[in-house]
Amino acid sequence: MYLELPKKLKVLGDMATNLSVEMLRPISRKYDLAEHDYPKELDLVASMLDGMNDGEGGAGVGADQSKQKKEENAGVRNGANMAACVGIQGFCWGDVGLLLTLPRQGLGNAAIGAVANEEQSKRFQGKWAAMAITEPGTGSDSANISTTAKQDGDYYVLNGEKIYVTAGSRADIIVVWATLDKAAGRAAIKSFAVERGTPGMEVTRLEHKLGIKASDTAAISFTDCRVHKSNLLGNPEIDTKKGFGGVMQTFDNTRPLVAAMAVGVAKAALDRTKELLKDYTQLDYSAPINSVASAEAEIYRMEADWEAARLLTLQAAWMADNGKPNSMEASMAKAKAGRACNAITLKCVELCSGLGYGEDELLEKWSRDSKILDIFEGTQQIQQLIVARRLLNLSSAELK
Amino acid sequence: MSRDPIGLAMATMSRIASSSLVEKMGLRTTIEKLTYQGTKTGFQALGAASRQFKSVTQLLRPERLEAPAQPKSQFDLTISEEQQMMRDSVRAFATEVLRPAASNSDVECTLSEDLLSQANELGLSYFAVPENLGGAATERSPVTSMLIAEDLAYGDMGLAVAILSSIGVANALTQWGTAAQQSKYLPAFLDENLLQAAIAVNEKRPLFNANQLSTTAQENAGGYVLNGAKTMVPLIDKAELFLVAADLNGKPRVFLVESSTEGVTIALKPNMGVRAANMGDLILEQVSVSKDALLGEDTFDYEAFINMARLGWCSLALGTAQAVLDYVIPYCNERVAFGEPISHRQSVAFMIANIGIELNAMRLMTQRAVALAERGKPFAREAYLARVICADKAMEIGTNGVQLLGGHGFTKEHPVELWYRDLRAIAVMDGGLHL
Repeated sequence: MYLELPKKLKVLGDMATNLSVEMLRPISRKYDLAEHDYPKELDLVASMLDGMNDGEGGAGVGADQSKQKKEENAGVRNGANMAACVGIQGFCWGDVGLLLTLPRQGLGNAAIGAVANEEQSKRFQGKWAAMAITEPGTGSDSANISTTAKQDGDYYVLNGEKIYVTAGSRADIIVVWATLDKAAGRAAIKSFAVERGTPGMEVTRLEHKLGIKASDTAAISFTDCRVHKSNLLGNPEIDTKKGFGGVMQTFDNTRPLVAAMAVGVAKAALDRTKELLKDYTQLDYSAPINSVASAEAEIYRMEADWEAARLLTLQAAWMADNGKPNSMEASMAKAKAGRACNAITLKCVELCSGLGYGEDELLEKWSRDSKILDIFEGTQQIQQLIVARRLLNLSSAELK
Repeated sequence: MSRDPIGLAMATMSRIASSSLVEKMGLRTTIEKLTYQGTKTGFQALGAASRQFKSVTQLLRPERLEAPAQPKSQFDLTISEEQQMMRDSVRAFATEVLRPAASNSDVECTLSEDLLSQANELGLSYFAVPENLGGAATERSPVTSMLIAEDLAYGDMGLAVAILSSIGVANALTQWGTAAQQSKYLPAFLDENLLQAAIAVNEKRPLFNANQLSTTAQENAGGYVLNGAKTMVPLIDKAELFLVAADLNGKPRVFLVESSTEGVTIALKPNMGVRAANMGDLILEQVSVSKDALLGEDTFDYEAFINMARLGWCSLALGTAQAVLDYVIPYCNERVAFGEPISHRQSVAFMIANIGIELNAMRLMTQRAVALAERGKPFAREAYLARVICADKAMEIGTNGVQLLGGHGFTKEHPVELWYRDLRAIAVMDGGLHL
């Protein structure tokens, strides 16, 4: 038992943090103010990352590295899932909005990684993929989506409207969740990779948001959009036994990544707050928490919560790396990291007073950015539902 | 300090019967019984009559356990097969022996002789004493100690403390003791009549800070003179040896004090919880100890000593919190209100989810700090943060455990009220254990 990162992951984390310092922080405020402008500086970052990913044998920063390791390996692995978490943390210490719009590093890539067959993985390699799940009438209950896919020869015809598609106006591919047969329930929900420019797919709106403004959030409509059947990810059969498992499995992989984003943002706020407060506080990790100044106690509590979130995230990723089912732990990590990050970033603004609330510092931005991390990829409440069902051994019909 | 009549009688009796004489004349049981009766009613009395400690093996230099050989420095949540076997047997003992005895031990404020001898059969103290002194320890094993503490506390926290108190003293002597201290005391932890001992750090004042002690040690030609009062000391009327934290020239250090040293008095002072641990106050009035009584050399790390206790309490919190979780799950699945099990309501289910999430967090934080300590790396920050999380979340879990059972949880029909009382100790306690 040992809960420290191996050297190679520490190096990776440092690299991501350095990259954040040099390339993300300097443009962080610029794209927070210029919502909907594409941060062209990221093209350089993305190609650097491609190089890193290829060179490091998978120990990259990007979300597309998050593959469930199933093969038996001698000994314990600290593999691609952990590396992705460490890298993402370092990046989001820089700017989570910019990470979310990094070419070829989208959550859609993780979805492809989780459910695509070998041919598809190969065909979509190097492409930037976005995820389109949410609909105007369907948020957290993603089993209830109403975008339809009707088979017509070698094609599926998609109809419906998707919202909150991160990188939806910038990605090469939109991974769309649609139902083959609404009456057949969850089992009929499949994901389709729709390439940019496919007739019938149209970006109809870009959202104006509270935070992560550097990242575009699109509404996309599908009107008789024809997608070749080879772009259906995974198995085309409606298997009621396996049910929702296929598409939902994506989340076991992506939730630790979103948790890692939260860990990175929270760390940014905590680091900066400690720096701003250094003349006012003395943190020696020795005096009892009830005997120190109130601000010091707040920092200790935030730091403890932050470490807890970080370790839960690493646990979920470590389990994935070592072929252990991690569905509950992934949700635990997402729940804890999401709420800890939001609470920490908001408290940091409070502790830094006017300095924290103003736009001269990034603290107020992080406290806006953090809110989405407790919402997307499954809200706090959805994570708790998943954890509770697991612990109590209840079905979704019993614990609604 | 004036003694009450029973205390005075005890003092006289003890003065007549030096400890070795008591042993010889078969009076030990009588004395202990009298001491017990006196303290049970809340009077101050002398500590347990201590045995005559003698060094069978005289070490020339202290035995130190090395950090275990580790193949790789990487993130790894697995435990060894040996640790798993150990866990299985300790967990079985905790569920089959400790849990059924918990309620009675809470009322009686003690670990029965029968339970103690059963616990001794587990041979846990062998893992605290190095091989050269007759034990079985070959390497540092705080991680194993953490797992054992968690599993014992799954049965009952108070009983776990009663069992682990002496082992904690042995661990501390193995980690910090001088050659003379180790030679003198460590073999006694393997005696058939196992040496009972306790670590005394806490003092009775609000906002207690283990770095700023009111108990003092004054150096003189012969050794040190100790003055002060300690509270929440486990096995108070049974311990023959105390490790006492005291301020020496402005810095906290730890002293070995035998219970029958002149000027040592004790009082059983039950707390709201952890009652089976037999906690009480240790009063030191002009207690003269020799130069040898100062624990360790100049390399002694008081902060690490304190943190090894705090991490011990974090480990106990894990076991008790897990007991809460495992208890509320079937309860809430079976308890029907408004026509369906209450677990089908999100307000109930989410409380349980949060117990699971925060307990998992507490466990990872504790494991991280303990694993660093085991490898001999700095762990003060990690221990501090583990304590912060465990102190907050353990109590939250304790109070929600009662809440989930409603009125039933408030009664002694169910163990959750005991766990509630026990878990309040995590944020309060210093000393008492050493992983």
